[in-house]
Amino acid sequence: MFAPVLAELPALPLHEAGKYVAGAYIVLFVLVLIYFAIMAIRLSRIERELGELLELANQEPAEEDVAPREPTLA
Amino acid sequence: MYGKGLRALSIATVAAFAVAFGLVFFYAPLDAEQGFLQKIFYLHVPLAIIALCGFVIGGLLAIQHLRTRDSRWDMRSYVAIHMSLIFAVATLITGSIWAKGSWGHWWAWDEPTLVSFLIVFLLYATYQPLRFAIEDPERQSRYASVFAITAGAFVPMNFIAVRLSTAYLHPRVLGSTSNLPGSMGLTFVVCLIAMALLYATLYKYELTAKHTRSQVRALRRKLIGETGMAPRPRSAAPTLHPTSTPATSTAAGASR
Repeated sequence: MFAPVLAELPALPLHEAGKYVAGAYIVLFVLVLIYFAIMAIRLSRIERELGELLELANQEPAEEDVAPREPTLA
Repeated sequence: MYGKGLRALSIATVAAFAVAFGLVFFYAPLDAEQGFLQKIFYLHVPLAIIALCGFVIGGLLAIQHLRTRDSRWDMRSYVAIHMSLIFAVATLITGSIWAKGSWGHWWAWDEPTLVSFLIVFLLYATYQPLRFAIEDPERQSRYASVFAITAGAFVPMNFIAVRLSTAYLHPRVLGSTSNLPGSMGLTFVVCLIAMALLYATLYKYELTAKHTRSQVRALRRKLIGETGMAPRPRSAAPTLHPTSTPATSTAAGASR
């Protein structure tokens, strides 16, 4: 399907300057990739913290349920 | 919510880059002088423009912070400068790669555009250490805002000074001396839009992450209490007030 379209496109002259152009574009790609990796680490930390907080929130009502009641006159 | 519209923005960024790269490699003609090497300009120049605009925006947001004393504006200014620094690093690296390909060496100290951009970058490289050096969050945000405004005003002045300088070794893409043909101009504008979208997306991601983190801390404080909380480590990042949400328009720092 795309073969005729690709055949129409001009060939990229990658002989001399190709390595510099590729290098420049790869730099941007790698920087964005590093940024996303840092964001992924941060996200996993937030996820872990939220898990801990959820565990804590679930524990509190359960502890209240099993706590001995104050003796009453009734 | 800071994250509102983030998905649409991300998709628009990816689409814009797909179109931009398609135009760069398959539509824009080869430059008569530089040949294929000129393709770096579609990356390098938008990166530089967006980085410099980001620095100026950081200054404008800092003005808003000093006017309202709202910590959210300080956070926005901080993130704008933080993102611009990343873009500035990419500008310097891609510029050096182009210089190596074109001139045969990585850097030229007698070239005003390069040196002035390096000066701006080094100026802003002191922003985070400045913040980190001040322990009191109130003072930290105030001093950082003053820095961001001063440095933000320096950016256009620096740009104009370089434009007025006599040495024109650095290729001019925009301006009165520009002789870009229509197809190259269109490609450049699309690349500029794509880069602006990337900046906006990363800016929004960063703000959302920082706001979520502050919300988690607020939740932890509510569940555990102040005594159970570990003291907040010293940081260059602004401290968001726990009640600072984008939905509320009240100044969180007004009571300080």
